[in-house]
Amino acid sequence: MRIRYSAYVLVAAGLAFALVSCGKSPETGQPAGGGGSAPAAGQAVDAATAGSVTGTIKLDGAAPAMKNINMSAEAYCMSQHATPVKDESVVTGPGGTLSNVVVYIQEDMSKYSFAAPTDPAKFDQKGCQYHPHVLGMMAGQTLQVTNSDTTTHNIHPVPKDNRDWNQSQPPGAAPIMEVFARPENAIPVKCNVHPWMKSYLFVFKNPYFSVTGADGKFSIANLPPGTYTIVAWQEQFGTTTQQVTIGAKESKSVNLSFNAASSGD
Amino acid sequence: MGSDLNIPRISFNPRLHGFAVFSACLTLILISAGALVTSNDAGLSIPDWPLAYNSLLPPFIGGIRYEFTHRVIAACEVAISLIFAVWLWRAEPRKKVQNFGWIAVGVVCAQAVLGGMTVIFRQPVLVSVAHATLAQLFFCTVVSLAFFTSRWWWQDVSTMEDIGAPRVRTLALATAVATLLQLVLGAEFRHKGLGIVPHLIGAAVVAGMIFWTAGALRRRFPTSPALTRCRIVLHSLIGTQLLLGGGAWWSRIATQTAPQPMPVMVTLTVAHVVVGALTLAGTVAVALVTNRLLRHEREAAVSTSSAQEAI
Repeated sequence: MRIRYSAYVLVAAGLAFALVSCGKSPETGQPAGGGGSAPAAGQAVDAATAGSVTGTIKLDGAAPAMKNINMSAEAYCMSQHATPVKDESVVTGPGGTLSNVVVYIQEDMSKYSFAAPTDPAKFDQKGCQYHPHVLGMMAGQTLQVTNSDTTTHNIHPVPKDNRDWNQSQPPGAAPIMEVFARPENAIPVKCNVHPWMKSYLFVFKNPYFSVTGADGKFSIANLPPGTYTIVAWQEQFGTTTQQVTIGAKESKSVNLSFNAASSGD
Repeated sequence: MGSDLNIPRISFNPRLHGFAVFSACLTLILISAGALVTSNDAGLSIPDWPLAYNSLLPPFIGGIRYEFTHRVIAACEVAISLIFAVWLWRAEPRKKVQNFGWIAVGVVCAQAVLGGMTVIFRQPVLVSVAHATLAQLFFCTVVSLAFFTSRWWWQDVSTMEDIGAPRVRTLALATAVATLLQLVLGAEFRHKGLGIVPHLIGAAVVAGMIFWTAGALRRRFPTSPALTRCRIVLHSLIGTQLLLGGGAWWSRIATQTAPQPMPVMVTLTVAHVVVGALTLAGTVAVALVTNRLLRHEREAAVSTSSAQEAI
């Protein structure tokens, strides 16, 4: 009986260890800087040698026509827009510039320490739409969700690696403050009251990310010298990448584009 | 249920039977309301349970309309099941039917708890599928009660000998079980637990089982009015359900880039779920009817003597 009990304990311990091991995030990225000795973990980025990457994201080809959103499920939402609201899956500007594209570096930067910003990342519900449509933030940073509408919403992120939550926010309610502990890409956020309300959250370990505005421009600053893979993510077209090498105090321009004929990864 | 349910007794209670039919209809409406919630992605529009927005009356807007209506109908169904069970306990002479009424109460209460769990735990696939499956089992329970309390069940019927193999009774039961499993696969697909392929394979299996059962009924009992009705019901339901299934799938693909659930997809999916429930109820009904009307050669003497003993 005692042997069987011991066996159970061993198996349980093994399973627990396996679960804990599987739960850890993979740390397999290439070291920034393109080689050399790895600095001690937790060092600060040297501002004197840091560079930056800027650029523009464009769509090659004709942008797909975005469908109208039907807000008739609630009169208030309808009343907030003089003309029908378009779906925001693909939003282009002059010259095919793409909005709502998340640009980030793929490399593991865990040898540096980055404090999460003390200012919250802000996310508003206005006109029964999410503003912004795509939001980037750091793990540990507070997400502040406000409701500028005079109707009730529920905010329901559906992460895979973080704790999921679903909270209602009536008109005039205090902001919802939440923190995502782990980095995670493309967390869908939806409102089950208004099913057209969709958004994406990106949670990063480091501050090397940017979300394009109407002009399609992005900027990633304070990068240590090294070779990086720049990743651009768009909700309908998936990801595209480009490598760039940054020297000390160097600023590089990288322009990326998505093909309008492709439908994503 | 054994011989106890097959015994013709003295009193058919039309009010009791009417209440059972009403409960079955309400259950079908409840299943429709549940399908509307899922198809409109409104399952978590009310983040709390058992209250709604910390109140008994939440704002009746957007997805909340579907979810709250579903909860209200479910509460009515719990109350009706309880009333029905008490009524059966007081007015129904057959102990097994009385017990079946209490089983229905237990199932609908468990179903309510599962519904609450889908909200509190934010729709884990397993809980959502269990909720969808138990809804079908509850519907079968209520439909069975409607049968047991019906005039036809109280009447004397002459049994027929089934000399074929496999026995139609066995086939009908297997068809009902296969249909239930197919509904589980459908729920898995709707709740994103599984892809469409298992559900399509299930559709082929269930269609095959139904055609087999209906074919056996036609070949072996061509002149029985009750069994003829059974196969007409089976053919009608499976034909309608296959068409609705194709339509629901097409609408899902056609509207997958839409910014919100589109009416054509919602309508066809809800209709598919409802006719799915009716198909299961139909197969259960056929299993009950064949169980009552058909006997195997070696059972003839036993069934006659047991009925006489009970009377």
